[in-house]
Amino acid sequence: MPGKLKAKIVAGRHLPVMDRASDLTDAFVEVKFGNTTFKTDVYPKSLNPQWNSEWFKFEVDDEDLQDEPLQITVLDHDTYSANDAIGKVYIDIDPLLSSEAATVISGWFPIYDTIHGIRGEINVLVKVELFNDLNRFRQSSCGVKFFCTTSIPRCYRAVMVHGFVEELVVNEDPEYQWIDRIRTPRASNEARQRLISLMSGELQRKIGLKVLEMGGNAVVGYLQCFDLEGESGLVVRAIGTACTLDKLSNTYTPATAINPCNSSPSKDIKEAGFGEEAPGVPLSSGPPTPLRAQTFSSFSPSKSYSRQSSSSDTELSLTPKTGMGSGGSAGKEAGPLKALLRQQTQTALEQREFPFFTLTSFPPGFLLHVGGVVSARSVKLLDRIHNPDEPETRDAWWEEIRQEIKSHAKALGCHAVVGYSESTSICEEVCILSASGTAAILSSRFMQDSALDTEHRFEDLMSPGCAFCHIPYDELNMPFPAQLTYCHCCRRYKVPDVLFTTIDLPTEANVTGKGCLIQARLCRTKKKAQGEGNATAISNLLPFLEYELHTQLMNKLKLRSMNALFGLRIQISVGENMLLGLASATGVYLTALPSPGGIQIAGKTPSDITYEQHISNMQKKINDTIAKNKELYEINPPDLVEEVIGSPIPEPRQRSRLFRSHSESSDEVSELDLSHGKKDAFVLEIDDTDAVEDIHSLLTDAPTPPGFYSCNTEIMPGIYNWTSALQMFTSVRVFRLSNVNLTNQGLNKVFNDLCENLLKSLYFKLRSMVPCCLCHVNFTVAVPEDELIQVAVTAVAMSFDKDQTQENGRQSIDKNLMKAITENEDQLQFPLELSAESSSNPLNSAKGLSEVSGPLPSARDRCSSWIEQLRLKAHTIRCGSIKTMSSLEKASPLPEGRSRSLRSNRSYAGSSVTVVKMTPLSFIPGTKIIKYLGIINMFFIRETTSLREEGGVSGFLHSFIAEVFAMVRAHVAALGGNAVVSYNMKECVFMENPNKNQAQCLINVSGDAVIFVRESELEATPPQPHSASAQTSSSGEGT
Amino acid sequence: MSMELDVFVGNTTIIDEEVYQLWLDGHSVSDAVRMRLESDALSECEASGEVLHSDTMDQYRTFQMCERLLHCPSKLANQLLFQIPAHRQAMLIERYYEFDHTFAREVLGKKLSKGTKKDLDDISLKTGVALKSCRRQFDNFKRVFKVVEELKGPLVENVQHHFLLSDSLARDYAAVVFFANSRFETGKRKLQYLSFQDFAFCAGQLISYWTVGAVDNMMEDMDVDLEKEFLHDLKDLKVLVNDKDMLDQHKSLVCYQLKGKIKAFSEMEANFKNLSRALINIASKLTNTKDVRDLFIDLVEKFIEPCRSDKWTVGDLTLFLTHYTSTAHTLEMFRFQILWERYMGVIKSCILKMYHD
Repeated sequence: MPGKLKAKIVAGRHLPVMDRASDLTDAFVEVKFGNTTFKTDVYPKSLNPQWNSEWFKFEVDDEDLQDEPLQITVLDHDTYSANDAIGKVYIDIDPLLSSEAATVISGWFPIYDTIHGIRGEINVLVKVELFNDLNRFRQSSCGVKFFCTTSIPRCYRAVMVHGFVEELVVNEDPEYQWIDRIRTPRASNEARQRLISLMSGELQRKIGLKVLEMGGNAVVGYLQCFDLEGESGLVVRAIGTACTLDKLSNTYTPATAINPCNSSPSKDIKEAGFGEEAPGVPLSSGPPTPLRAQTFSSFSPSKSYSRQSSSSDTELSLTPKTGMGSGGSAGKEAGPLKALLRQQTQTALEQREFPFFTLTSFPPGFLLHVGGVVSARSVKLLDRIHNPDEPETRDAWWEEIRQEIKSHAKALGCHAVVGYSESTSICEEVCILSASGTAAILSSRFMQDSALDTEHRFEDLMSPGCAFCHIPYDELNMPFPAQLTYCHCCRRYKVPDVLFTTIDLPTEANVTGKGCLIQARLCRTKKKAQGEGNATAISNLLPFLEYELHTQLMNKLKLRSMNALFGLRIQISVGENMLLGLASATGVYLTALPSPGGIQIAGKTPSDITYEQHISNMQKKINDTIAKNKELYEINPPDLVEEVIGSPIPEPRQRSRLFRSHSESSDEVSELDLSHGKKDAFVLEIDDTDAVEDIHSLLTDAPTPPGFYSCNTEIMPGIYNWTSALQMFTSVRVFRLSNVNLTNQGLNKVFNDLCENLLKSLYFKLRSMVPCCLCHVNFTVAVPEDELIQVAVTAVAMSFDKDQTQENGRQSIDKNLMKAITENEDQLQFPLELSAESSSNPLNSAKGLSEVSGPLPSARDRCSSWIEQLRLKAHTIRCGSIKTMSSLEKASPLPEGRSRSLRSNRSYAGSSVTVVKMTPLSFIPGTKIIKYLGIINMFFIRETTSLREEGGVSGFLHSFIAEVFAMVRAHVAALGGNAVVSYNMKECVFMENPNKNQAQCLINVSGDAVIFVRESELEATPPQPHSASAQTSSSGEGT
Repeated sequence: MSMELDVFVGNTTIIDEEVYQLWLDGHSVSDAVRMRLESDALSECEASGEVLHSDTMDQYRTFQMCERLLHCPSKLANQLLFQIPAHRQAMLIERYYEFDHTFAREVLGKKLSKGTKKDLDDISLKTGVALKSCRRQFDNFKRVFKVVEELKGPLVENVQHHFLLSDSLARDYAAVVFFANSRFETGKRKLQYLSFQDFAFCAGQLISYWTVGAVDNMMEDMDVDLEKEFLHDLKDLKVLVNDKDMLDQHKSLVCYQLKGKIKAFSEMEANFKNLSRALINIASKLTNTKDVRDLFIDLVEKFIEPCRSDKWTVGDLTLFLTHYTSTAHTLEMFRFQILWERYMGVIKSCILKMYHD
């Protein structure tokens, strides 16, 4: 009996009218956990009932605590007929099970009904008393922390990164053909929600067990997905990276420690809180298990793991020869030592079944070299899952794919895969399984205990911003044709001409200019087929699809004069008669890599003069675009040859050159021409109309409007001075292809336009935030029906301060520059400190942009003048009638109001609703995350049988998405939090049947609930988050 | 080929004030898109019709979903569905409850019933305010009226408290409620020249000085109705015209004060008795509900029109009313000083407000 769950139902508000006669409701509440149910009294005739119930106590196993949600059902009492359900609230207890997370859940929760949506709110208090259970064969894994964030969470440091954990559970889907079933859709949808909630809990518990077995205490980069396989069942699977994390006791000290550590690399970087244990400090949490013995069998959770006996031996064998080069030694010795280290890491990693990491950014010094993207896909026919307890086929499928990924990585000379993710696309009984990641070589420092400490020092020394680009594979035995050159930074090692990765841009990377979102979009028709034939057809199409996507990416990258892609995500979605491919990534110019050649067009039939002319026209257009892009993204790669040699830290000088070259535009042009003359120019052959189309589509990508940047990584290189204004949003579009006999080209155009128009709309909607950057732009495509294409985007728009000191910029630039470089290095670890700081010394970072859009006084001025215009307009529109103009004054103008609202949440104290920020990023600029409260993983289904009345499909989905946001915010607020980071909408399955006036939608979202404090407040007063949360929860309205 | 579904939802609800106004003014989506395309403010965004349509649809949907909450503005602050910063909430509410004065002028004093609602298309035609907007404004009047009608305490504060409106807007609503409750006649042709503001000002005066709440600020007082006792007492003022001596004395006092100071002196002198009789008669008849309703038409017909035909200036009128009121105090036999002050204070400011072309 290791746990006691206590719940108290306080009150309700805004309940719907359930009794037409009296316009009131006689509400009571059922509280259910496992098989135990309690009821409150009926609170008669009120829409704002005050139950103020006793504490309902459930005595349960901690295993159940992890699996089961607390179910709260609000009902309307009816003397004569059955009680009507008003709605439900599911509360995940998990955050209460970890001692470091939340201690109480208390707040207003929206009462949710699958048909009616949110129907009022209920105030609930939940607590858990856990008894310690030292049983080693226990089935629960309470206390293991879960993070969606794909980096080491902000207020923790990694003691050890154990590696890949995965699990899947399957079950019958209670409703797979929702419209035709006999049982009401509502009942089965509720069953479905409950089941998935249960399965997620179980999955999380099982993963937690694996983590405990590995000696870890947390899962980072936890990614859970649902496969709605229809008739063959429901699969919930998850992957993550097991870690041992240590909470940083004083959250503020590391911030002050940064600058010294970064300015001199020889100093112990570990003090920044990311490194391993300082010598002499014992590992505090969990047994320091060496990893090589960890050959856990991943697919049979019931099996007991045996690792204990051998651990000490392996540890000895792992320990490197002592006396190896001490930390202070110069970089020249690095070569052999590095090789040795690599060997050690390799052996450590090879012991694992899958040396995969779901992380996308890493503690400094962890990521040594990056090989390139590895991916694997396989097409499977779904069959019925006969025994849910033995989900062997699904396991075997994934194992197969992971093996393939592993061998790909090996071919690239890498022993690990980072930025790893898995996904599926299902259409009828065909399922495409995909996995992708980035082959990499990792340092052993986080994978063994601290014995190896001293060795890493020189790694730190020799990895200033270019080391990760150096090829990990053998130059003479290259896995694929690539042109190698010497690194443009250190001139010592070879680098490839382009680099594709699935990870975020490493913190230390040297980048020239800014980056941008690059997308390759492709649509291919496919004959309708059944079963085996269908699967074969799809697998035959896949390689072409991938090849074309890759070519498109490469062309677009070159068109922007960039040489590397980060955060690459290729999604292939299958429909009955088409395949969709969408690749998104953030292109950047890595200083270490060679400048990309231009794009050259070659015609096949040189005889015709008009044709020649046509080609040269096109060539000119392409060259112009490249030149324009260079300016737009401020890509002015320094002239390297005479610069670098012999200078150990050449960056500052390079950078200053970069800025100077702004004024000498003629210089730029000549340089551009040079690059075109290079032999490595990319040649596009036009031999048929397809190729012409391709080139056209290449040029039709509309540039982002002035003031906007976009990327799909966490942050944008080249932008540092974020303000705290942020707006997370989700946009969904479904396009119907009425003309079924579309060609591939036609389809491509439709798909391309769909994505482009969506982006255009986003830029328009967010225009008030300019200058801003859309970060973590995440597109998902689907083919929900024959002629439908669905595109969903979730991203966050973040404003940044544009240069405010244009006139006195010159002399301060150098100073700023130095600052910028140090900032650049810290950026990923501590962008929080940074943004506050940098607002006082803004960089001349957006110069190219301001040149384009003419002389602008400042962003704010511009914004307010725009508002002025708008208000004037409003006046003129209404000039026909006289109105109370005085109230116009009261409605505060936008810029002022916006800054006011975003600077301090506290000023909201008047309203009883806590403001909860949401962002897909792992941080919020200008703030510090002081506590992680637990993972948010919610699944909702909404259905309607009165689609037209609810404003059609758009109205239906609009309110559903708003409701999902509201429920996420309410849960976070109830945990005492004020933000969700690493928010992700993993699933948005929309189905409609307009003839029956019905529609249904499933949404699955996840993220990490956190408490953040503003940097400014942090210095002034020590944060007291909990008292604040208690206050908000108790201050519910009493009337 | 068509866009089947197109939505955008922000964690913080995005509200475009311009589109909100278009929505409030009752424009259809396509009209709104057209107007936005033509507007200069957006020309720098280079937005296409498609983009604007999508944006306008999103905004309109948001407003429709918010409308339910706006009917009870206090709900907006503690609902969970939309995360809207407090100052934006205030803007939403204020704008939603703002009304066209031309429209309000038409409805003023009418019963806020279904019958009036049926006439809204005529009002829409007459005022040029879109029917949709008329309906919203009418429903707002009705909603505010219903809530405030039975409440105790000061009318303006009640409106402000329940609907979270700005002071000036709350005052306007108080006027609308007050007129609707007392059903003052405002529709006669002779009253057409008066604007909503004129009446709103008068309503403010009546609320401040003639209601029960005006004398003592006890919580149980009602602000919506005129004080019965006061209206009854007004009969006592008859003495000023019935007692011939007193009337003559009053006249000579006023004439003495005004001599040389006003242009229309001779007309005033000739007309004094008629004017005084008119004002006192209005006062004495106010016990009758019917006559209360005719207060404004009576003031215009019996007092303002004679003055206007004699070409009094506003200055003349001000001086006359001031001295007409003050000299009564010096009349030896006149005992109703406080009553007189209370009556004339309001009448004076109302007449002055209403005295224009």
